[in-house]
Amino acid sequence: MSASKEKKYWYKNLKYLAILLSIWFLVSFVCGIIFVEELNTIRIGGFKLGFWFAQQGAIYVFVILIFVYIRLMNKLDKEFGFNEK
Amino acid sequence: MSIQVWTWILVGITFTLYIGIAIWSRAGSTKEFYVAGGGVSPLANGLATAADWMSAASFISMAGLISFNGYDGSVYLMGWTGGYVLLALLLAPYLRKFGKFTVPDFIGDRYYSNVARSVAVFCAILVSFTYVAGQMRGVGLVFSRFLEVDINTGVIIGMIIVLFYAVLGGMKGITYTQVAQYCVLIFAFMVPAIFISIQMTGNPIPQLGFGGVDENGVYLLDKLDGLHKELGFAAYTSGSKSTLDIFLITAALMFGTAGLPHVIVRFFTVKRVVDARKSAGWALLFIAILYTTAPAISLFSRTNLIETVSNKEYETLPKWFGNWEKTGLIKFDDKNNDGKVQYLADVVKNELIVDKDIMVLANPEIAGLPNWVIALVAAGALAAALSTAAGLLLVISASVSHDLIKKMINPNISEKGELVAARLAAVVAVCVAGYFGIHPPDFVAATVALAFGLAAASFFPAIVLGIFSKRMNKEGAILGMSVGILLMLFYMMKFKFDWFGGGTKEDWWFGVSPEGFGTLAMIANFIVSIIVSRCTPVPPKEVVAIVENIRIPSGAGEATH
Repeated sequence: MSASKEKKYWYKNLKYLAILLSIWFLVSFVCGIIFVEELNTIRIGGFKLGFWFAQQGAIYVFVILIFVYIRLMNKLDKEFGFNEK
Repeated sequence: MSIQVWTWILVGITFTLYIGIAIWSRAGSTKEFYVAGGGVSPLANGLATAADWMSAASFISMAGLISFNGYDGSVYLMGWTGGYVLLALLLAPYLRKFGKFTVPDFIGDRYYSNVARSVAVFCAILVSFTYVAGQMRGVGLVFSRFLEVDINTGVIIGMIIVLFYAVLGGMKGITYTQVAQYCVLIFAFMVPAIFISIQMTGNPIPQLGFGGVDENGVYLLDKLDGLHKELGFAAYTSGSKSTLDIFLITAALMFGTAGLPHVIVRFFTVKRVVDARKSAGWALLFIAILYTTAPAISLFSRTNLIETVSNKEYETLPKWFGNWEKTGLIKFDDKNNDGKVQYLADVVKNELIVDKDIMVLANPEIAGLPNWVIALVAAGALAAALSTAAGLLLVISASVSHDLIKKMINPNISEKGELVAARLAAVVAVCVAGYFGIHPPDFVAATVALAFGLAAASFFPAIVLGIFSKRMNKEGAILGMSVGILLMLFYMMKFKFDWFGGGTKEDWWFGVSPEGFGTLAMIANFIVSIIVSRCTPVPPKEVVAIVENIRIPSGAGEATH
């Protein structure tokens, strides 16, 4: 029983990683590099959007991603009783 | 008071602080020496990691690099921050659960092989030494520019300070000094940035001033694009490198960041797996403060520079121009003898050469800020260089005393003996680093950037596969790491040092620069590791049990031998 519990925990962990890393890839490589020219036609105030992602936006999202990960994992640890006191 | 007096005062105060902390937090055991006793709070570890990570290059050179490369400079911003997402999600929590002292510890145990351990020790020392030489040089440069002492004297002063607190305090001393150093360096970076942002856009937050307008209501970024166009430069907001190269360089910097041993070991210093995750979050937050400000400084200083000097009479230029001309970091050559400065993209007509480091170092002077702000920048640059140097030296010393001596050569060495060995190794490492700082070999500058490629090509796949694939065995990991690092070394030597027949830009494989090649070498490592491991025996049961164990956060316990 305990083995399957660990498997379930691991599977959920991998799911979180897949989602968070997709966002990581999207904001940096997709928005900041691959489609930067296309996004640069859109303007947000003084910034061209693609340029903003490459020099500002991606970094903000990175920080948020880690804090979201911490929250998700803390909840998951508790759910499975793997949290440490 | 003059800039020099202010600099002596601020450098004196900060150095006294660092030494005071070192004496207060001396290491008494190997555990304290390698992982600060394992009880550092996540917040303190986040601060220390940020200082450990941000080197002389981040503090002094990065804003200037972006200033001259515009959009192309984004590779550093995304690469050196995005790596922390990988570190937090894929490495830090599991390595903390594993609970040992060094990265080669993990590689050696997970791949049940001293060959794997030796390859890891070799990579760790190679990466760390190329990196540390640049830091010592940075210390020397700051001393020579701001305090007008000889560069070599500056390097030696830096060596003595690092020697004192790294050798005495080990990881424990380094950690708490780095906390102080982060505070010094971020304050020193932000104060001039805020002043200049207010001057240029009226907005005190540089990140917002970045998208702000000048006194005529024109967006600064548009204004600079216009100036660039007039002078023949590529538009600031769009780059000149190929998309493929930008992609691969960014990736190499990200995966390299996640594979740097001196950053990874910082996560061994906290108590629990939860704390390792939290430290990564804090670390990136503290790093992001500098990394989102830097591109704003790049924009401000670039605009300022062009507006101040372009097509102006040489005789009427402000005083800072002459000051920095004396240091050789600004060079003016009136080619057409009209007495004016022509700053143009066209190399034949261009009359002005500006070193990238000036963008941060001279920025306060260009903006006419008070002397204490200028002195503060010097203290901040020193904090950035010293904190990174100390972290790297510790990796080198632990690789020698722990991974080589304790784990391979003489396993019976006493705790006390190992501690002495660790301190001796640190002393030798400081001296070697100092030697390279005084006599910088030509390849240092080239290899610092490539240290990331090396780390990405060697450590990242071995560690990630070690955690996420139970099937990965020693044959796969050893061959994978060897292929990755050899490919990277070969490419670097061929195109950077002209060995193996050399080659020019046209000869690059698939048009990939040596800086971006780390990504390809890393992919080669992954492919070789996976294929070889599937054709060779499965890893032993105990090892599979280790992997199962590190995947579950509870019961991390304390770091042990």
